Amino acid sequence: MPIIFAFIAGLMMSVGVAYSHMIDPNKVLGFLTLNANWDPSLLLVMAAALAVYSSGYWLFIGKAKPVYAQSFSLPNNKALDKPLVIGALVFGAGWGLVGYCPGPALAAISSGSLGTLAFIAAMVTGWFITKY
Amino acid sequence: MENFTPVEALIGGAMIGLGALILLVFYGRIAGISGIASSALFTREGRSWRLAFIAGIVAGPILLSAVITDFSYSTPELSWQIIVAGLLVGIGTGWGSGCTSGHGICGVSRLSPRSITATVLFMLSGMLVATLLR
Repeated sequence: MPIIFAFIAGLMMSVGVAYSHMIDPNKVLGFLTLNANWDPSLLLVMAAALAVYSSGYWLFIGKAKPVYAQSFSLPNNKALDKPLVIGALVFGAGWGLVGYCPGPALAAISSGSLGTLAFIAAMVTGWFITKY
Repeated sequence: MENFTPVEALIGGAMIGLGALILLVFYGRIAGISGIASSALFTREGRSWRLAFIAGIVAGPILLSAVITDFSYSTPELSWQIIVAGLLVGIGTGWGSGCTSGHGICGVSRLSPRSITATVLFMLSGMLVATLLR
């Protein structure tokens, strides 16, 4: 299976994150902080991403199979369970604390910023804790 | 709303959606960055495409700064808040099975009840913490 399209997918998402300034935690905090300077940019990023992805998803799904896979690997869990609810609340708290979610933090690795690298190290530790 | 950048937001957002769509069309996979990155680290099976995806994520801003000469962005200072935030984001996305990309974009587009619930909750929780701290 060629992996070049996975690279292109990641590249395109990351260029989108950077171009929309969502790579900048202060920009994200401008959206999450409700005050007189509230910045709705993140809402438009989400809206545009949703418009593009949902159009493609509903056009493509059920009519074709993936180019390099026998079938779609999509989650079909429907349970609104405790890990989902608590996990989302905990994630949101960390996001609101400094303005980083996983994508923008990983995208900013090449800045070499110690703060960014420390965030990623702590995030990986968090993933490890929930896996074992 | 003096910091509002609607044009960049719409163009960037469309690119995020398109990138996620590429992963779906070629591999039938959800473009959830927390899930892909953690599985690339802790699961052997399917590691190569996941690493290629993460390499793309890392390469994006390098490419953009080659194309747009005045491209720059701020990064956080090293502090205890950064460590705590990283841990919360890691644990939260691990328990909650996703972040802003997997739940917020892919899952909401698929009208997944889990993803819609998670997205509403992490948005509210993020706004609450950010607003109370500032």
